[in-house]
Amino acid sequence: MTALVIRGGQLIDPAAGVDAPKDVLLKDGRVAEIAAPGKLKQANGAETLDATGLVLAPGLVDIHVHLREPGQGYKETIASGTAAAAAGGFTSVAAMPNTKPVNDSPEVTRWMQAPERGAAIRVFPIAAATRGSKGEALNDFAALKSAGAVAVTDDGQPILKENIMRETLAAAARVGMSVIQHAEDTRLTQGASMNAGLVAFKLGLRGMPPEAESGMVERDIRLVAELRDPRVHLHVAHTSTAAALAAVRLARRSGLRVTCEVAPHHFLLTEEHVGLYNTNTKMNPPLRSAADRNAMIEAILDGVVDAIATDHAPHAVHEKEVEFENAPNGIIGLETALGLSLRWLHKEWKMPLGRVLSLLSAQPAALLGMKGRGTLTVGSFADLVVFDPKAEWTYRAAETKSKSRNTPFDGWTMLGKVRWTISEGRVAYTSPA
Amino acid sequence: MNPATSPARRQLHPPSVGPSPFPYHPGSLLSTGDLSLDGISHILTRATALENMDPLVRDRILAKRRVALLFYESSTRTRTSFELAAKSLGADTALVSSLSSSIEKGESLKDTGLTLRALGAETIILRHNSSGAAWLLEAETRLPVLNAGDGMHEHPTQALLDLRTILAHLRPGVESVTAETLAGVTVSIVGDILHSRVARSNMLLLPRLGARVLLCGPRELLPELAAEAGPSIAIERDFEAALAQSQVVMMLRIQAERLAGMQLDLEEYKAGYQLTGQRLAAHAPSALVLHPGPIIRGLELTARVADGPQSAILEQVKNGVAIRMAVVERALLAAQKQGGRA
Repeated sequence: MTALVIRGGQLIDPAAGVDAPKDVLLKDGRVAEIAAPGKLKQANGAETLDATGLVLAPGLVDIHVHLREPGQGYKETIASGTAAAAAGGFTSVAAMPNTKPVNDSPEVTRWMQAPERGAAIRVFPIAAATRGSKGEALNDFAALKSAGAVAVTDDGQPILKENIMRETLAAAARVGMSVIQHAEDTRLTQGASMNAGLVAFKLGLRGMPPEAESGMVERDIRLVAELRDPRVHLHVAHTSTAAALAAVRLARRSGLRVTCEVAPHHFLLTEEHVGLYNTNTKMNPPLRSAADRNAMIEAILDGVVDAIATDHAPHAVHEKEVEFENAPNGIIGLETALGLSLRWLHKEWKMPLGRVLSLLSAQPAALLGMKGRGTLTVGSFADLVVFDPKAEWTYRAAETKSKSRNTPFDGWTMLGKVRWTISEGRVAYTSPA
Repeated sequence: MNPATSPARRQLHPPSVGPSPFPYHPGSLLSTGDLSLDGISHILTRATALENMDPLVRDRILAKRRVALLFYESSTRTRTSFELAAKSLGADTALVSSLSSSIEKGESLKDTGLTLRALGAETIILRHNSSGAAWLLEAETRLPVLNAGDGMHEHPTQALLDLRTILAHLRPGVESVTAETLAGVTVSIVGDILHSRVARSNMLLLPRLGARVLLCGPRELLPELAAEAGPSIAIERDFEAALAQSQVVMMLRIQAERLAGMQLDLEEYKAGYQLTGQRLAAHAPSALVLHPGPIIRGLELTARVADGPQSAILEQVKNGVAIRMAVVERALLAAQKQGGRA
């Protein structure tokens, strides 16, 4: 394998506590050497990227994406989804199991990681917790883990039955896996297509009450507490309500291993952004009230939130050009997560750059036990994002590398332009000019 | 939580919501909110002028212009009155209903709209079971779209014909409306507010002319937050107390097709909210009784009330033709000014 040197950049590695000008040598897919500018010892003859004026950071890690393969290649493929991820600065993505067929087997788990898929970056499958994600019979977690699955979930389908959720938490803990819950009491959300409240009333749409999320989070936390096993790890996916965050905060204070992620759309947008039935603002969980959105921002700034995750959910144009109630849930997000996080969390709300990057790399990598990812120390994977932290640019959905264009952020101003994304020592993305 | 009491709370200034691009076409009528008070006055004035016009003269106003009626839900009043309105202005009409068209084969609303446009439709009148469908159709076709009822959302021509009926009784001769035209008037809207597009359109329109709207119904059909939908809207759960304050009582049908599994005790409902002759005589002996239809005699109101002297239900139907003539004319004349189809 060839070696690669990145010179002249500012290395920000929050996990290692580094924020200093450094040159970095990558070799055989790993970080081989880190030194003060011009001081690399082993760099002779290596290809060099000039990162003057740029930030060098651990490649971003998104623990919640839908790559749609197998089965729905018209929305996205592993190749197109990971190309979009690389363009967004990501080097690792964890792919949800609501594929067709559902990823509830070691075969599908391995298929998703096969070189033939043409992934631009590393894909970590998350396997279904139950057979067919039907919430009835548990899958063989040990077999899934050895096939490469990093967690289990029935994402999109919450595990409603208390006994099944309890068994899932216990069985996953025995093999050292995390359980990710899409927290939604679907008995309260039948036929609903946005947040319950005044906006839904005025639009004549049925609403999903915030309690459908927070009630499920509270129940799951109770189950974690009852299990009294420190290995049990519950991760709450795409948290969207103040009440659910409050429950997570409380659980954490009592020492439980409960973590949560927030998606950029939930810390930026509210139900008002639905406007007059913009289907690119329809997702599950839905955009919530301004109070909920503000609670997401506060919780990110206060450190309660463990990760920013996109819930990248591609859908074909024709699937979204329909009546609001009939449109599928979800938006794409891999190319906008960094730009929105820097523009808003860092620039607008003054969150230190290192902390923003940590939420997008070190913390999510640690959360799902991705060893050697999310940090840049000698020996760790050569996963890097090199970006211009000062560059403002406009996101154009028409130019996305995803197969789909369903985003509410078309035309939005982003901060921080990715110059290179390097996955295990290979350049996975280079910005045009 | 009061932001001022929490020292940790920051000034967030999160991203704002951009302006709405709707309506794309000046001839569209998607919501009563699309109309200024002048726009409403214009429609009311034209409704009367067109109604009084020599039919042979009227017939030439939109001679051979093409109007499509696209109906995804059954309808008697709205469909027929739109059709008669368009025809009496000389337009050609074509009716597409979901049960006898390619919609049954899975054709989308977008494709159906584009097909109608390609067939020469210059405006589309849409009735649809999904809230917001008219906005989608307008965005995709850029034709003037007339919303003839979208799901539980809006039914703007119904609100306009209700307004015309109310004015005829309470403000005879008035067609030019202002923010004070209905000052001092209380209109009660009673029954299944949650599922009613008629309620939503009226509760947003009437207060703009100075009326006070009282919403009345059981909790399952009238959530508390409905009072926040706009200014001058209040909730009065006690039907008789609402009647006693009202000059106009608008009764609504229970929308069985939209209850979505909700269990409702109809006997209890009738005991609380049925408009009976006795109730009317005791609490609102001179109030005007409206109902958008279809009425279910013996449920939301008794036959005696429906056929009684205070009922303006059939007058509403008649006003529907006049209002819809004005609205169809507006759609197509705006289209003409724009230089035809987009």
